This record gives sequence, structure tokens and C-alpha cells, in this order.
Amino acid sequence: MRLQVELEQHRNVLVVRLKGELDHHTADLVRFKMEDAILRGRCDHVVLSLKDLTFMDSSGLGVILGRYKQIKSRGGKMAVCDVQPSVKRLFELSGMFKILALHDSERSALASLEVVS
Amino acid sequence: MSGRNHMKLCFASRSENESFARVAVAAFASQLDPTMEQLDEIKTVVSEAVTNAIIHGYDSRPDGVVTIEAWIEGDTFSMSVSDEGKGIEDLELARQPLYTSRPELERSGMGFTIMENFMDEFEVFSAPNEGTRLVMKKRIESKKALYN
Repeated sequence: MRLQVELEQHRNVLVVRLKGELDHHTADLVRFKMEDAILRGRCDHVVLSLKDLTFMDSSGLGVILGRYKQIKSRGGKMAVCDVQPSVKRLFELSGMFKILALHDSERSALASLEVVS
Repeated sequence: MSGRNHMKLCFASRSENESFARVAVAAFASQLDPTMEQLDEIKTVVSEAVTNAIIHGYDSRPDGVVTIEAWIEGDTFSMSVSDEGKGIEDLELARQPLYTSRPELERSGMGFTIMENFMDEFEVFSAPNEGTRLVMKKRIESKKALYN
């Protein structure tokens, strides 16, 4: 598998760890796994933990934007953490940090969301 | 490197070939001794171009052919990515940041913007029902040259 999606629930926050390469081929996997977890509904917010995401292109931006809209429409927030330089550049280029808060670690991302919930 | 080096790659319009294309082109471009950042840029551009050919050129049909040609001459890496798909009707619109012709597919509309940003030169040739060809160039200042 070129991309692994690991989901973990921390109280009302869904932590999503992506490992590998997120492109058009693997975007659907992320979409379906996250959609399912969000719709089953025990989470208000999402943390995307991207330490081991070694590649992402605009298809990745699309699927992240889609989940952002989904979680926002339910009144929740999304944060990203541990982003590699190449992935960070793409987020910057597309203006994603205007809507997603960037954190150094899962711990600080979780702390920021527990304050707002 | 003296003279010009060239490679050509043809493959089926299947999404699993996106990573194959990235890795193959990056291996070819490595001859210019690029930085990690430059190599990431090239991989991203290949991914955008091939994804566009598959999704937009061939409407996600797996029976199309995507062709990549790449050249190395001096310190310049050039590449063309072509399909024989449906072509782009309005090029100016397609190149607008955030525009996508397929919003239902969760496209970000950033493909062209990323390609233009990551390459030094970028041109699109397209005709309805004939296909699309992207031609681009990137200068890789050799680390070797900097040390000499």
C-alpha cells in the first residue's frame, strides 16, 4: 500500500495519520476512511498528522479541502501538524494555512482543539 | 554532461501509474544533481500533469495512453506530457487558480498554478478532441558547478 491511513480518537477529536504518498490514486482512500469516521460522528474536530507523508500533490489538497468543509459544516475545526517541507510548501502556495492551523506536534494540535471544544 | 540526453515513456491512463511516472522522471532528472527541493518540485509537476491527462483528458478511462518525454541539455531539464484525449476548451479558464471543471471530484483547482510555480517555463497546447500537450523547462544549477 502506497498510503496508510491511521485513525485514532482522542475524546472528541479524530487524529488522522497519513503515511506514504497522497495523490489522485490514493485520495479516495483518505476520503472514504475520514468521511466514514466523521459521519459515525463521535468527533467534532480533526487533526491531520503528516510526519510520514512523503509526497502530496493537488489531489491531496482537494481531499483535505473536502474534509475541511465537511467538518466545518458540523461546527468543527481542523488542524495539521508535523508537516514535511515539501508538503508545507504546497499548503502555503494554495493558501491552506488561512483555514487550517499549523502545529509542531500532535500534542499541541490536540491541546488547541480541546480549548475550543 | 556533454550533448543532449533524452527519454520517452508511454503508459496506460491508470491512476496507479502516477507514482511510477513521478519516480521514473525523478530518476532521469537526478542526472543533473538537483537539490531535494528541486526533485520534489519535478515529482509534483509530473503528478499534476499525469493526473490531468487521466482525469480530464481521458475522463478517467484506463484505455488512453499518456506520453512523457524528457530532455537534459546543459543545466536544463525539459519535459513534455501529452495525451490524446478530449482537449481543453477554454485554456485561459483552465489556468485560473482554484478553477476546476470537475468540482464533484473534489479537485482543488491548483494543478496548473503548481506547475507554473515549480517550473521556469510552462506552455500548454490543446485542441478539442485531439489532446493536450504540456511543455515545460526547469534550470537546475549544478551543485558541482557551484563548487568549482
